[in-house]
Amino acid sequence: MPALADKAPLLSVRDLVVEFPTRRGVLRALDKVSFDIAEGEVLGMVGESGAGKSLTGAAIIGLLEPPGRIASGEVWLRGERIDNLPRERMRRLRGRRIGMVFQDPLTSLNPLYTVARQLIETIRTHMDVSDTEARNRAVGLLDRVGIPAAARRIDDYPHHFSGGMRQRVVIALALAAEPELVIADEPTTALDVSVQAQIIDVLKEICAERGASVMLITHDMGVIAETADRVAVLYAGRLAEIGPVRDVIQRAEHPYTAGLMGSIPTLTQTAERLTQIPGSMPRLDAIPKGCAFNPRCPRVLERCRIERPELIAREGGRQVACWLYDREAQDA
Amino acid sequence: MLTWGPGFTMIAFILRRIVQSVMVMLTVALVAFALFRFVGDPIASMVGQETTLAERAELREVLGLNDPFAIQFGRFVARAATGDFGISYRLQQPVMELILSRLPATLELALVSGVLAFVFGVGFGVYTALRRGNWISGSVMTASLIGVSLPTFLIGVLLIWVFAVELQWLPSFGRGETVYIGDWWRTGLLTESGRASLILPAITLGLYQMTLIMRLVRAEMLEVLRTDYIKFARARGLSNRAVNFGHALKNTLVPVITITGLQMGSIIAFSIITETVFQWPGVGALFIRSVQFVDVPVMAAYLMLIALVFVIINLIVDLLYYAVDPRLRVDRANARH
Ligand SMILES: Nc1ncnc2c1ncn2[C@@H]1O[C@H](COP(=O)(O)OP(=O)(O)OP(=O)(O)O)[C@@H](O)[C@H]1O
Ligand code: SF4
Ligand SMILES: [Mg+2]
Repeated sequence: MPALADKAPLLSVRDLVVEFPTRRGVLRALDKVSFDIAEGEVLGMVGESGAGKSLTGAAIIGLLEPPGRIASGEVWLRGERIDNLPRERMRRLRGRRIGMVFQDPLTSLNPLYTVARQLIETIRTHMDVSDTEARNRAVGLLDRVGIPAAARRIDDYPHHFSGGMRQRVVIALALAAEPELVIADEPTTALDVSVQAQIIDVLKEICAERGASVMLITHDMGVIAETADRVAVLYAGRLAEIGPVRDVIQRAEHPYTAGLMGSIPTLTQTAERLTQIPGSMPRLDAIPKGCAFNPRCPRVLERCRIERPELIAREGGRQVACWLYDREAQDA
Repeated sequence: MLTWGPGFTMIAFILRRIVQSVMVMLTVALVAFALFRFVGDPIASMVGQETTLAERAELREVLGLNDPFAIQFGRFVARAATGDFGISYRLQQPVMELILSRLPATLELALVSGVLAFVFGVGFGVYTALRRGNWISGSVMTASLIGVSLPTFLIGVLLIWVFAVELQWLPSFGRGETVYIGDWWRTGLLTESGRASLILPAITLGLYQMTLIMRLVRAEMLEVLRTDYIKFARARGLSNRAVNFGHALKNTLVPVITITGLQMGSIIAFSIITETVFQWPGVGALFIRSVQFVDVPVMAAYLMLIALVFVIINLIVDLLYYAVDPRLRVDRANARH
């Protein structure tokens, strides 16, 4: 059994359902997603394109784009429910308690304003400090994220910085008001391979030194393995598996996770060992009955086509949504 | 990449634009000059019935009308550059004098309609972009469709009918009382009747531009609101006000400034119709009359004037663009990363 945490998790997502009403009916993009992020923990979030990773982040921070909406479920931040906060209170919480880093640093910054202006504006939105104080803080932040000659470069415009430098600026902006949780949505996908590792390191270090938790959305299993404490695997808007990163990567239990890990080529792996999952993830309007993975699953059971598996608690705090691990059924 | 000093690129940019402007003006001058040569016979327009053929030929020689084309054109350009377009056939006055005396009326009308168009265009555009789907936005959008599709003279006539004839709130023609500012600028802006007279023509002239600006602002704003930097601004918890007006609107304004500036040119050009409908004593009305009388010097001067206005506005717009968008400024930091 997973040990009961001695204190409440920083973030707790419970049975989150996100829907898009469309002309041809309601699309359910997230279906009863539940997970926790502990204080100071880095949770990796993986899954194929369209699995719902970004939507999970947007729902937590309250920035779902209409007509998308949270249809049911709850989001708790340090014991306070935040999914139903009034709009103005939710706005104040964004940036202050939950920060966000987006994928593309080239488009994340307003091209018409200097980095100084964007940082100071953010700091002063959340903290009661003077302009000079905010500026000093801003320079300190830029320095901390590794921008050389920060005091001078702060007055430059975004287009004066390279992609990697811009992402450092974005990280500085996301952390400007010292949030407790940072949601990083593929923060390195748009970057040059040569700087990806540095950016992840900076993000991880700063969050660690401030005790901030991270939800790290990425396609890069290598990054997850090196950075995350735990990893959550999404499939078609549902959580397939979640657990400590080593366990999940080395001994994936959910057949989808196993396939996903198999399809990540590593340097030591040969082509033969590279297992592929046949087929592709279903579209939101055609999610099969029962387990969403059943048409592609190599170990599919009879009941998989009828009943949807809930998360089943496994050893070491891992949870798996798969009938293969249904203890009662195994006992029977 | 070679980097020149910041001043150099700026000056090179301005020089290039000025050279382009001069080329445009020369082209228009060619057209204006062609008017002289090919529309009507200038001699016939200047002399009476009783002038003999010999006298006509002499006049032709004196006026240099027998000189080669290039020389005549050179002379025309040189004179035009000093503001000399000759004497109006119809009014027997120097053309430049005529135009200058009527220019203030047109410029005041154009300026007021331009400002109205910009202020209301941006205001409605932003409102309809931020409040999509409420009934006010819907009505404004529908009204704007009507605004674009009705011809200017019809709008003018409708306004006259409602506000001048039926309600009798505002005058339907003329500039009202005017007073002099300085030696030659007669303004209607300082008198009550002058301002009242300006309202209907200004609305008529500015309505079309306003709907254009509004639709442009709305489209641009919707586009900008979808960008990543707006999402990121929201994710940092900035207030709606800061996001919508501080971040989104400023980005919207870059293209809007261009279009609005260019439309100032069309406002002045299109004032012909409005001035005719409202009997507004401006250069547009002067042009229409001179067309009726084939008063070529006035027509040519008007053509050059409008071209000059367009060219100057273009230049200003480019400079504004430069001022608003830092990406266009090549400066010290460009070379380093
Ligand atoms: N406005 C919308 N209307 C309908 N469906 C939408 C809308 N926005 C997103 N979706 C759907 O929600 C699902 C999840 O999208 P999401 O962006 O969270 O995927 P993701 O896991 O982040 O993928 P990627 O790796 O490509 O970023 C997708 O299937 C997408 O089609
Ligand atoms: S529940 Fe069934 S279909 Fe789904 S992953 Fe497990 S075995 Fe495969
Ligand atoms: Mg995504």
